[in-house]
Amino acid sequence: MADVAVDHIAASGVYEPSLFGTYSKKIGMWLFLLSDSLTFGALLFAYSYGRISTPNWPTPFGKSSIINATIMTGCLLSSSVTMVLAVLAARVSDRKKTLLWLLATMFFGTAFIVLHAKEWTGLIGEGLTPFNNPWAANVPQFGGTFFTLTGMHMLHVTLGVIYLGVVALRKKFLPVLLVIWLVGWLVIPAGSVFHTGIHVLLAAAIVAAIVLFLKPKIYDAHDVEVAGLYWHFVDLVWMFIFPLVYLMSTKVV
Amino acid sequence: MHHITPGRAIAAHHEESKTPYFVVWGALLVLTAIEVVLAYKQVFRPLHMLEVLMALSIVKSALIIGYFMHLKFEAATMKWILMISLVLCLTLMFVFFADAFRILSLGAR
Repeated sequence: MADVAVDHIAASGVYEPSLFGTYSKKIGMWLFLLSDSLTFGALLFAYSYGRISTPNWPTPFGKSSIINATIMTGCLLSSSVTMVLAVLAARVSDRKKTLLWLLATMFFGTAFIVLHAKEWTGLIGEGLTPFNNPWAANVPQFGGTFFTLTGMHMLHVTLGVIYLGVVALRKKFLPVLLVIWLVGWLVIPAGSVFHTGIHVLLAAAIVAAIVLFLKPKIYDAHDVEVAGLYWHFVDLVWMFIFPLVYLMSTKVV
Repeated sequence: MHHITPGRAIAAHHEESKTPYFVVWGALLVLTAIEVVLAYKQVFRPLHMLEVLMALSIVKSALIIGYFMHLKFEAATMKWILMISLVLCLTLMFVFFADAFRILSLGAR
């Protein structure tokens, strides 16, 4: 009966239709992405400001760095395609294919994180820190802006992979995540920044557990599509970080 | 409630062709390759290079937003409100660049 009453009110136009003619989860994600793009915008502008205003800005990215970053870009672009395929499969309620393509997306995302972490480790090994620049001692802001910008992006990719994992596997993903956290923490040497950084996975596992246990549900095509929006956004941001940070600071000729 | 159940709305546009997405993927890879070659060969002076790379990146982001994020197929109000507000807010940040250039021309070390 309640449904009928609500239906009657909706039909008589008491409730306004959604502003953009779509479901509210999607609008919510778009608004979040808009605010997030301003966050990244600020970081990218801060980096570019330093790049322009500093004559001896370091150009530490040699051939291997550029090849590595290009492969990372390819990983993200490919992950976007597998994400689209997951969304399309979810639309026709093909759960098996949705799961498969979501896992493929997570694979490419993880590959990106691993390659990026390797590159960070190399740079840190050469003496780059947020406060110290081994190539030009009077430009310490290179390290600061570089690690803030790429670190923020790496955090987004990591949380994106976890988001997709939750949508794809639900509660089954929690033990996977916790095992990766524990193994990562034990295997990564204590001197590495990722020894501490991997605790992001523990924090994310706690948040994911709260969501999964307080509001258990089977994620439908809309949820997959909203997760996809977030994932494509992370890809999109990299399309600006890659040329601004890497291609503008090449050391090849 | 039948007219707003998700299942119906989803079923309304099934059997969508996958070809455009692969074309966009190819285009993005080609544009990335062009960017890398330009940077690798250092074809342009830095400032000019920055302009070219940013122009290519804006094309790439338009492809991602339009096709992958599906904005091209959303309601017109959604498209315009989201994109205009985003571009306006990001453009405001250009106000800082006048200062960055000022430092350069003053010859600050």
